[in-house]
Amino acid sequence: MSKLIASAAIRGAQTLVARADEMLQKAIAEKGKDFVFEFPDTAFYLPMVYAMTGFQVKTLGDMNVALGFAKELLHDEPEEHIWRPYLGEALDSGMATLFAEEVLLAVRYVNGLEPCKDQETGYVYNGFITDTIQRNLGIQLVDGTMPGFAAIIGAAPTDEIAVTICRELQEKNILTFLSGQSNGDSVTKQLLRKGVELGWDTRIVPLGPDTEHTLYALDWAIRASLIFGGKKPGNFKEHLMYQKDRVFAFAIALGPLDDIKWSTGAGAINMGFPALCDTDVPVIHPTGVCTYEEVDKEFDHAKIVQKAIEMRGLKITVEKPPIPVAYGPAFEGERIRKEDTFIEFGGQRTAAFEWVRMREMEEIEDNKVIIVGDNWQEKYEKGGQLPLGILIECAGRKMQKDFESVIERKIHHNINEAQGVWHMGQRDINWIRISNNAKKEGFTLEHLGILQATMTHHRFRSIVDKVQVTLFIDEKDVKEKLEEARAAYRERDQRLGTMTDEAVDIFYSCLLCQSFAPAHVCVITPERLGLCGAYNWLDGKAAYEIDPTGGNQPVPKGELLDAKYGRYTGVDDYLKKASGGAVETLNLYTIMENPMTSCGCFECILAIIPEANGVMIVNRGFTGMTPMGMKFSTLAGTVGGGAQTPGFMGVGVNFITSKKFLFGDGGIKRIVWMPKALKERVGDDFKQRAAEAGAPDLLDKIADETICEDSEKLLEHLTAAGHPALEMDPIIQ
Amino acid sequence: MEKKVHSANPSSEKIVLWSEEQKIETCFDRAEKMKPCPIGEEGACCKVCHMGPCRLVGKNAEEEARGVCGAQLSTVAARNFLRMIAAGTSAHSDHARGMAYTLLAVANGETHEFKITDVRKLYRVAGYLNIEFEGRPVNDVARDIATKLIEDFGRQMGGEINYATRAPKKTLERWRKWGIVPRSIDREVVEAMHRTNIGVDHDPDHLLLQGLRTALADGWGGCMISTDITDILFGTPTPIKAEASFGIFKEDEVNLVVHGHEPLMAEIMVDVINEPEIVAYAKSKGAKGVNLGGMCCTANEVLMRHGIPTAGGFTNQELGIMTGLIDALTVDVQCIMPAIAELSKKFHTKIITTSEKAKMQGAMHIQFDEHRAREIAREIVKLAIDNFPNRTTKGSHITEKFPVIGGFSHEYIEYMQGGRWRGSFRPLNDAIMAGRIRGVVGLAGCDNPRVPSTGLHTFLATELIRNDVLIVSTGCGSAACGTSGYLTPEMALENAGPGLREVCEAIGIPPILHLGACVDNSRILTIASAMAAEGGLSDEIGGMPAVGIAPEWMSEKAIAIGCYFAASGVPVIFGGNSPVGASQEVTRIMTDVWFERFKGAFHFEPDPEKMLDLALKYIDTAREALKLKKYEPGKFATEKVLMDMAARRELEKSAKPHLGF
Repeated sequence: MSKLIASAAIRGAQTLVARADEMLQKAIAEKGKDFVFEFPDTAFYLPMVYAMTGFQVKTLGDMNVALGFAKELLHDEPEEHIWRPYLGEALDSGMATLFAEEVLLAVRYVNGLEPCKDQETGYVYNGFITDTIQRNLGIQLVDGTMPGFAAIIGAAPTDEIAVTICRELQEKNILTFLSGQSNGDSVTKQLLRKGVELGWDTRIVPLGPDTEHTLYALDWAIRASLIFGGKKPGNFKEHLMYQKDRVFAFAIALGPLDDIKWSTGAGAINMGFPALCDTDVPVIHPTGVCTYEEVDKEFDHAKIVQKAIEMRGLKITVEKPPIPVAYGPAFEGERIRKEDTFIEFGGQRTAAFEWVRMREMEEIEDNKVIIVGDNWQEKYEKGGQLPLGILIECAGRKMQKDFESVIERKIHHNINEAQGVWHMGQRDINWIRISNNAKKEGFTLEHLGILQATMTHHRFRSIVDKVQVTLFIDEKDVKEKLEEARAAYRERDQRLGTMTDEAVDIFYSCLLCQSFAPAHVCVITPERLGLCGAYNWLDGKAAYEIDPTGGNQPVPKGELLDAKYGRYTGVDDYLKKASGGAVETLNLYTIMENPMTSCGCFECILAIIPEANGVMIVNRGFTGMTPMGMKFSTLAGTVGGGAQTPGFMGVGVNFITSKKFLFGDGGIKRIVWMPKALKERVGDDFKQRAAEAGAPDLLDKIADETICEDSEKLLEHLTAAGHPALEMDPIIQ
Repeated sequence: MEKKVHSANPSSEKIVLWSEEQKIETCFDRAEKMKPCPIGEEGACCKVCHMGPCRLVGKNAEEEARGVCGAQLSTVAARNFLRMIAAGTSAHSDHARGMAYTLLAVANGETHEFKITDVRKLYRVAGYLNIEFEGRPVNDVARDIATKLIEDFGRQMGGEINYATRAPKKTLERWRKWGIVPRSIDREVVEAMHRTNIGVDHDPDHLLLQGLRTALADGWGGCMISTDITDILFGTPTPIKAEASFGIFKEDEVNLVVHGHEPLMAEIMVDVINEPEIVAYAKSKGAKGVNLGGMCCTANEVLMRHGIPTAGGFTNQELGIMTGLIDALTVDVQCIMPAIAELSKKFHTKIITTSEKAKMQGAMHIQFDEHRAREIAREIVKLAIDNFPNRTTKGSHITEKFPVIGGFSHEYIEYMQGGRWRGSFRPLNDAIMAGRIRGVVGLAGCDNPRVPSTGLHTFLATELIRNDVLIVSTGCGSAACGTSGYLTPEMALENAGPGLREVCEAIGIPPILHLGACVDNSRILTIASAMAAEGGLSDEIGGMPAVGIAPEWMSEKAIAIGCYFAASGVPVIFGGNSPVGASQEVTRIMTDVWFERFKGAFHFEPDPEKMLDLALKYIDTAREALKLKKYEPGKFATEKVLMDMAARRELEKSAKPHLGF
């Protein structure tokens, strides 16, 4: 019965709090209470303690305070007979456990023991999950490609079962965290033995060998409500409600459970995350703390994943093309090394291209895959290298020429999501590899066409009524078609160049993030793409055609109120409604007054540096210091959560080179600092844009981290370089 | 001839049988000898003026019988009933007034005998009353609270009592629509007495509306004020283990019993009996120490907060004395049988009245004064100790007792469903929605020697939990269950239906939650309000699958309680013959008319089987109206709504209550 679970959780909390206390006091004795600590790359201190209590742990001494919170939550075990209630007490103990684990792991970091390294295999676990990874995953969390999260604790009865469970989670697009052990074994070790690729790219992330390491996953989850939800630190009720309603995480406990597993589980139940066990444990079915059951059991490992998903109330629809290998976003990050490659196409080795062309309905045959080339089977069977032209022809009543590029950009995902097939690049610089394993499973050239047809139908279901795929493998054919394709690319680019905010009547909103950031609304215009960098105006338009009630809605511009700042009546009207009244008005082209809000998955942050009379840009992934005196992760905390913060704004990388970039504030010339890597990334486009703005050598005048990381040196540099921002009107009026 | 059962509780019955052997008379004997006056019993006797008393009886009395003044039966029955409500309201509310005065005295530093124990509750109450509390001295906040609540007793120019707004909005709207929001407690009682004078208000519906207004002043006024202030002064209860029945008395210790309804002196006693000088004094008289026990609702107050054991409810008071083990018994107010003074003469027990409001021939009087509380308590304890050597072997010396888990305040019930971080009423509402819990019954009210005493409580308790109905109990309902061993978590495992058992197991609770004294019925009101606010069931108290039952009621206080439940939207079922039974019109108003207006009703039903059927019918009908899953024992799989991304984006907008918004 549940009393056993409660007793175990209460005991587990007592054990862990005592253990953390002992480790902490030892660390304080050695290093002093003022010893400064932070987890790698986070702006949220000890995230669980911070979100629940608002207390910022910055030193070992602060950890003592945090552990004090945990001690207040400890309770006595229920008695054998005539017991007093235990559920609230067990959940309190669960939270105490999370606090204690956070302190314990922090001390392990202080002592250089984290991330853990497996003694036998040398495998280095992930350890603490950084803010950057969290934000990198942002768009996947909201667009349905990563709908849920599993924490697997312990070890499966056999290596094969461990692989089957993880493969099923991958195919269902679930991000899986691994921790803990049972009987000395763990799923991490089991997967390593079976040669399964682990890591963020394959969505199987081993956090550490002990149950305590599960906390890293919970620390990751709780940052969703801080980052995307904009919940205030200390407002624990709202944080936990957000976790329960929006973070679709669950635990699968494989093998026997001990006190620490139960108490960590009780901590997770506070967050609404249930646990499914493969052993004969007591169950807790009544709902209300979790959306459905809190603890359940399933002995059949073939059913365990599906049951866990349903227990969490998660709906997953997976479209799998009829191909002989596994398929899903989890396989997208898989690498194929040269020696594992069976055959490759393009990549500057052979002629190749990929091209989507709109056709009339009667011109093509639906779902037909044509392979053009003599003896193509034979050539394929030989492996090695081949030329490849992929022509995807689409027709449909709602199909438009503008959607060609939108559909074409998905070719990358269509191919990459197949296990053992790899793709990079685009248009005529694409590169495809098929692995020996995939070949062994029966993957043929035809399957490359089939998956394009299936996935194009799936992704663009109400736009595309017919899809026909033609693969060219003879060099002559490829080269001939390539010329046609290049002409089409050029035409498309010219058309894009003429697509300006003034030239259209309708903008599009992007509400995808509202599943995580309920108050945030992106307004996407031809000259301003979504701040995540993943959605441009054409994507928005196509998405609306596909699903008129979906996450992208048309926003009629209405009347232009302010050309300089980019304020439109239609945008304001729409925003008031879509943000639930949180945002009243928006200026598209300025950072200074009613700027765009942010969800949390922005590619870059813009922030004004008043003394330099300009703005700095820092991209996600740059973990160094900026002249603002804040790192990206800290700055991000001030920008996200759907609030307008004048002087701060999240943007997509490509917006930097838009003509509308800070148009109202003086444009691109306001940029005074950006990381070197970002400079390189925007390179040519930036130079062109700067030249148009009358400052051709602007990029060289902009400081980066190799020049300065503080505002004093920044000013020196700008003055010496003669940066134009210093001569402009004051940015703060 | 079938052997008559006096008390359904075996221990009590043993003492009753012993008393019969000893030829000592008890309420059970008197109840047998003295049949209720059949005219007064059903509300047909009018004695509001001295032209009467008039008996409105006979064939077609409803249509034809008239008093000397011409009063019809419906007027007379309604008038009598309204007077009962006024009397009941005055009892709880006068008790509450005392609590409010004590809080004020503490805040003003006029007494150092009491202190503010539960600051968190103080702040919570300040929040209800819109009193600023952050950064202010605790005593200043307490003074503002006391002052504001004291206004509720005597507010003169219109207005509404403060706590009316703690009711769900829709409930309050119904009250406002029908003009029954109390203006102030004393005023409603005075007006009730005025209206029932000879020649004033004669319209039964109009009289009964004033009855509801007066009753609301009791529930959302007096009772709620008392609960809150008692929690502030002595701590909000959390689950605590205690014992019940006569076995709580100890052969080798001085047995001091606190009986009545007020907690003030009993709270001090809890401290005083453990003072070293007192213990030493007890030892000097040959006792090992002083054993404090309770009776009736004073017992419930100190059981809830300190685990002080209880000897039981109303009908146990004479029987307790007959154990021969009580050295002194203090009484304050309400439900004190005058019989005990006379009875005590046959034993060594000293009866001490302590309230300035309540004296009794044959008893000692030591008046309680909250400014000298400790001194008085010591005086009484010493008196009990002094009496210990006078104990003789005479008595029934019954030693059975049962463990009890009590202490379920509103605040703890919220906590137990999710702990400090996730506490809410979501799990309870979920369990009701899913059909794990069929409904909730408040099992309250007195125990009564006219039926096998406590037997109706225990019958209903076992049947209801078997039918997956969660019980919240107060007052002598709790005492009846406690002295039968029902207030334990094991009770759920052994006797509850499958769904209720699952919920009790998940949380670790008994299937019957002891909420406190009868004055703490207010906790049921706030729990029902919280359930409405949590969402997924009814958005007002009315319409919830919840019923109030007082199967053995006898006090006018119970009538006031029943009426405030009915007015708040809870159908109530009382045992015994109806005190308005003579008038079909009044009966119709209190059932059909009240249900239509307030979704509550007031039934009288002597047959416990029929009480059960009616309660379950109300619950099932409410479930159906709320479109909840039909109750089927053992079948409560929640239908899962699986969420895709689009559904998640809509979360905020669609505000699905079952998802926690």
